[in-house]
Parts: sequence; structure tokens; C-alpha cells
Amino acid sequence: MAPFHSKSEALHPVLAATGARVLLSGNDAIARGAWEAGVRLAAAYPGTPSTEILETLSLLPDVYAEWSVNEKVAMEVAIGASLAGARALCSMKHVGMNVASDALMTITVAGVAGGLVIAIADDVGVSSSQNEQDSRFWGRFAHVPVLEPADPQEAMEMAKFAFELSETHATPVILRVTTRVCHVKAPVTVGARIERETAGFQRDPGRWILSPINARRQLPLQAGREQRLAAVAEASPLNFATAGSDRRLGIVTSGAAYLHVRECFPDLPVLKLGLSHPVPLGLVSRFAAGVDELLVVEETEPFVEQAIRAAGIAARGKDVLPRTGELTPDVLRPLVAPLLGESAPPLPPYPAGETFPRPPTLCAACPHSGIYYVLARLRKKVLISGDIGCYALGAGPPWYALDTVVAMGSSMGIALGLDKARGDADRSKAIIAVIGDSTFLHMGMQGLLNIVYQRGNITVIILDNRTTAMTGGQDHAGSGRGMHGEEAPRIDFPRLVAALGVRPERIRVVDPYQLPVLAKTVREETEFAEPSVVIAQRPCVLSDFYQATPPFRVVDEDCTGCSNCFNVGCPAIHLARSAQKTLATGTITELQFAVIDSIACTGCGLCARACGPKAIVATAPADGAAAGMAAAGRC
Amino acid sequence: MLMSPALNVFLCGVGGQGVMTAAELIAQAAVAHGFDCKKSEIAGISQRGGVVTSHVRFGPKVLSAVITPGSADLLLAFELAEALRAANYLKRGGIALVNVLRLPPPVVSMGLYRYPEQPLVELRAAGICVHEIDAGGIARELHDLRLVNTVMLGAAAGFLPFPAEELESLVVGRFAVRKPALVAANRRAFAAGRMAAGRMRAEG
Repeated sequence: MAPFHSKSEALHPVLAATGARVLLSGNDAIARGAWEAGVRLAAAYPGTPSTEILETLSLLPDVYAEWSVNEKVAMEVAIGASLAGARALCSMKHVGMNVASDALMTITVAGVAGGLVIAIADDVGVSSSQNEQDSRFWGRFAHVPVLEPADPQEAMEMAKFAFELSETHATPVILRVTTRVCHVKAPVTVGARIERETAGFQRDPGRWILSPINARRQLPLQAGREQRLAAVAEASPLNFATAGSDRRLGIVTSGAAYLHVRECFPDLPVLKLGLSHPVPLGLVSRFAAGVDELLVVEETEPFVEQAIRAAGIAARGKDVLPRTGELTPDVLRPLVAPLLGESAPPLPPYPAGETFPRPPTLCAACPHSGIYYVLARLRKKVLISGDIGCYALGAGPPWYALDTVVAMGSSMGIALGLDKARGDADRSKAIIAVIGDSTFLHMGMQGLLNIVYQRGNITVIILDNRTTAMTGGQDHAGSGRGMHGEEAPRIDFPRLVAALGVRPERIRVVDPYQLPVLAKTVREETEFAEPSVVIAQRPCVLSDFYQATPPFRVVDEDCTGCSNCFNVGCPAIHLARSAQKTLATGTITELQFAVIDSIACTGCGLCARACGPKAIVATAPADGAAAGMAAAGRC
Repeated sequence: MLMSPALNVFLCGVGGQGVMTAAELIAQAAVAHGFDCKKSEIAGISQRGGVVTSHVRFGPKVLSAVITPGSADLLLAFELAEALRAANYLKRGGIALVNVLRLPPPVVSMGLYRYPEQPLVELRAAGICVHEIDAGGIARELHDLRLVNTVMLGAAAGFLPFPAEELESLVVGRFAVRKPALVAANRRAFAAGRMAAGRMRAEG
């Protein structure tokens, strides 16, 4: 597996000169558009499919970019920059907007000074998230306009326009994108940056101090602003109709769905909404008058559809189309065909061949494998509350070592609830919360503080791999590096946990590769009826903090086929051969002999420690941890 | 129903194999040649050793970024079982270029599932035009297993509607910036892939 990229490696196409036509992703294009608009500050917390917006923006000059500790802080940093009179961007995935919403819902009362654009990336189809959300509702909720680009070129142009709109109407603007915009690459013609002076903070306590009296006074301004924005939407070139020869059905659509519609139904009239909130109802009404029937094609909720129908315009929509997932051509064609009196298109000529599932796995030498190997062994005696990150894969084979995964940082609150409300069935169980370093800093600290304050009987395992791994290895307050790879203050996890009130005796720092010590430590800590924290420290194998050591190999004549090494869950361990053995009792057991892929193995030694007959050995003398490991016994 | 006049290249493989990079290079070559192009994939968690697919569409004008089942002109499979999994994406008469590498995942190693015995036989029995390539074997002959993807791209080049040299210069150009020492090796790998594909086409 390729390690996380190093930013200095190559010249990114986003740096192309004015007028160049380059292949950019939607996320790259948003970064370029914001930069061209003169953005001064950008803040985000990584999250698929939004991550590359900030990553790419950080490559461009004259912009302050930061990975904030969470989305709410990112939003607040961006609001602060706007109040300073600068153009500011914050970006996040859909669930990040839930975290950031408190700040948005209040600043929208006062409005903004410098342009403030919030790029929200919805994971339509749930490829890398815990739920699916339609972030356009935040526009309606917070009374702010929503822009929806369909492809990278539009993403760049709308990012630029969003700042104009924001400043003209003193409102935050939501740039709503979906995976099929963020991660599509297409040729984009880039423009020049417009340098803007930062106006400076204008003291205005009646506006910026949102006390009840100031908030009450300013509330009506939101309604007035929304009315003006409705007029903007009616006249905006971002909302346009394409004529079609077949007027039996007219389609109202937005975002990537627009392109799927045009692909499938080139003859149908289409009204594309690039500025989809406020919905331009006059425009829709006129469009509807020119067709026999109206169909709204939108991902994912009936957001535009409900506004249209509430205005008394008849429309089909989610009665025909699914309200989850992408509306790709293969979804649209068979569902829309009946409305046109056509039969469904033929099935693909060749079937997909039957094969095994290939779920994502932890990497070879992933330090989380050690943790889950141990937790799997405690399985019957513990409840395990998990969190968001690569380590959510611990729920799958071979470990099956997680019971819940909900939201960023929720492992600890849920663990405490499981503890405080436990019934007799769970009385004897230990409760463990598992959380990564970046997630702990994002939203986990408060949960642990609460566990301490409420005297919860919980063991928290912090998986400190010194990076935000799942999203591609971004730095954070615990990695010791800033956005550009420069040295930065590094939070000390044991001291942080102690400051949150965990007794020093109950804070244990372990090496997740050292299986016997790890297992003993976790077992011991679960036996204390008070908050305890095990901090497992080892760098992510894809980070540049990781140093590979020579691979291990299986000595075939020593391998007994016990298959225990497979329980580590390392993708470098493969089945060499299997055999059957009849035990003295007459039962037949399956023997599975292992072989290690020497190219994939990076020598962590976890399998060697899980191997009873000591049939797994280093291929070369290694230094440091790996050598110590080879010498140690079985877990 | 009219289709947008685009050529559809569907790439598949396993997280970590470099499928997305290969797709990116084909897309870059298409754009450099003057085509409109969209390249798309759903990445995220699938990178962790899961299935990776990438859609590259190019032509005078490309609308949707998605290749739908039954519409791929070329299936570029970096792994055998993944070719089988993605076979439904091929249009009738489409071509599958398949690396014969087998990468059994842990669920197969643990004995929970079996790896298909004869994926190529299955694909051909379905009526698919299959070109097989031992990209790993060719890379080994060149003494560097990291050259597998360049071999694959060399093999794919002959099926694409622009001169192979245009793709080659992009592949090699990546190394010219970062690792000039690898330029010559990648040139050889690209040429070896092209030759292998040329032989297959002559035979098949």
C-alpha cells in the first residue's frame, strides 16, 4: 500500500497559471476558486469526501490554512476571520456540519463582514460515513443561500461567486457538494487571484454580541435577507433551463444529478438549480407551465420538491425516485422510463461473476491489529464502545471486537450510558471505549471528563497512531506537526488525560506491538472499578513516522496449522495449505498452515507473538522493538 | 436514447494497487490529447485493502462521470477476482484486459470464502473478449515489482484512441520530477506492456 503522500513531492495542477486547462477534482476546484476569490483564511477538520478542499488550498500561496481540532472550532475560526474583514472558508463533511451547527445557527442572525463560505461535502451513497445527510437543509434552517455545483468547473466558479454573494448580502453561504463532485476529476480552466485588503474588525457590539436583546432585534433581518436572496435566485444565471424537444416531462434538478439527467434524457427540458435555496419558485412555475408533467431529480432528500409542492406547483419526485443514494443513470433510466411510456432499458450483457466479498482491512503492521487481537480474546467479558476512524474496522473479521460505533467522540458517552444503566445481564462485564488520537482531540475529551466526573467504571483505550489516518494522514494537535509539515506544539496524551482527572495510577502507556504486556495491561485496568485510560502508542504504518523492519517468515516445518496467527488480522498472512487432523476424541479439526507475503510484511512481529509453536521468525536481525518482540513469548 | 459519445474505461483492483493513479494518468493523457474527460471514483474507506474501482470517460463532451453497468468499452483489471466482480460493467463487445495476479483477502486466508478457481475461464465462458497479462511476471523480469502498473498502462495503451507515446510520456514524466533514476526502468516496463498486449491482439 502506498504511504500517505508527501506534499512537497510534485507540482499540484491547482498551482497552474491563469488560463491553463488542468485536470482538477471538485475539491481541488473549490480550493482554486476560493483562492482566486482572495480567500485569506481556511479552516477544516478532515472528513471524506471533503478533505482535499483544505489540503489543496494549503498548497496555494497567501492563504492561512489550518486543520482545526474539530469542525465547530473550524467554523468559529472562519467566523473570526470574517469579522476581521477577511474572506474565509471552512470545509467539512456532512456530519462535521452537525458539530459546527451551533456557531452557524447564531452567526446567521448577525450575518458576516468578510465573505464567509461553508463548503459541506455530502457522502451520498455512504461510502465512508456513518449516515447519509442532505446538507441543503442547513440552508433552510439557518436562512442562508445554498449553491450546488455539478462538476469541477462549476465548483470553481461557484466557490468564487459564493464570496461575492456572501459579501453582497452579508450572509454565510453554503457550497453544497457531494462525493460525485468532490472526487470527480475533469478539465478546469483556471483564473487569476484577486488580492483583497482585509478591512479590519469594525466594532459593533449591537451586532456582534448576540445577547438576547441584540438577537431579538436582528432576527427580522434574516427574513428580509432571505427575501432578497429569493429574488437573486429568480434572476441568477446559476439557475437556467435547457430546452428539450420532448415536453411530456420537464425535469428540475441540481448538483451531479443534473449531469446524470442530461446523460439519460437529452430530449427532455431541464431546469438546473445552481442556487437551490431559496428555491426560485417563479422560475420553476414558468418552467412547469411549458411541460406536461414535472419531475424533481435531487440527491438525496425531497428538498426542492417540498418547496415546489408547498407553493402549489404539482411535481413528481420521491414518489418515483429513491430518497437515498446516488441518482446515477442506471438508477434513473428504469424508474423514469414508465413516465415516458417507455419500457425499462435492457440489463447489462454480462453478469458480474460470483466471488468473495473484499471488505476493507487494517494494513499489515497496523498497531490497531494488536489492540483488537487482545480485545477479541476478552470478547465474552467486555462491552466495547467504538468510535470513528480506521479502527472501526475492528468490528469485522477476524476480531469482531466492537459493539457500537455512532459518531465522532461518542464512544465515551455511550460507554458511560452502558455503565450507568446496566442491567443484570451486563453486571459482570467490563466496559471499554476505544478511540483514536485525532478523534479523542476532536470530540472525545469532553466525554472522558464526564466519565471522570460521574465516576464511570470505564476503561478508555486511546489508539495514538500520531495521525488522522482514515482520511489520508493529516496532522493534528497530537502529531507534533502543523498543516505544512512544520514543527508544532504536540499535546502530551498522558498529561492531558491526567488533567481531565484520571488518577495517574490508572493511566498506562503501552506499545500495541508488545502483545503480552498490552493484554496484561488492558486486563488489569478493566478490573478497577474507576475510570482508567490505556494509551497505545505506535505510528500509523502509512505515516512517515513509521519505520519498517525486515519481514518475518513462517518456518514451514515448525508451523502446526493452529491458525492463531490469522487472528491478528494481518493482510500479509495467507493460507499456505490446509489439512484435516483427527483428534484423540475423534473430532476432526481443520489445520491451516500460514505463509507470510514478504513484500507486504513490514516486520511488526505481531504474528510472531501470537504464534504458539514459535514458527514465525524474523528474516534478518532487526533492531529495537521488533528484536524485542521476536524474543518474547506468546500472548 | 442517445448516449454521450464518450469512451468508457473502467478500472478495478484492490486498495493500494495504484488503480486510482493509473486512472489519473489515462485521464491526464485524454485531456492532453484534447478530449473532454471525467474521472471518478468512490474512495474513502475502500482504500484499506478493499475493492477499488475508477471510472474514466472521455470524448468530445462528457456529461455524467459514472460508467453504468453494461457500458464500459475497456475493463482494466489489476486483479483476477476483481475482473470477475466488475464483468457486468462491460458493454457487449467490450474488452477486458486482466492482470493474472491473485490477491486473496484475509476473509479467504481465514477460510471464510474461496477464491474462484478459474476466473479467466468464467469470463470467457460468458462471451467476454479477455486479454490476460502477467504484469507481475513482466515486472519481475525487469527486476522491480513496483513496475507492475507501468506494465499495465503500457498494455492498455494499445486499446486507447490516442498515441501510446502520449500516455507513456505522462507515466515517465511523473518519475522525471520525483525519481529520475526510475525513468529508464519505467520506459522499459511501458514498452514491455505494449509488446505483450500487441502479441495478445495478434494471437486473439
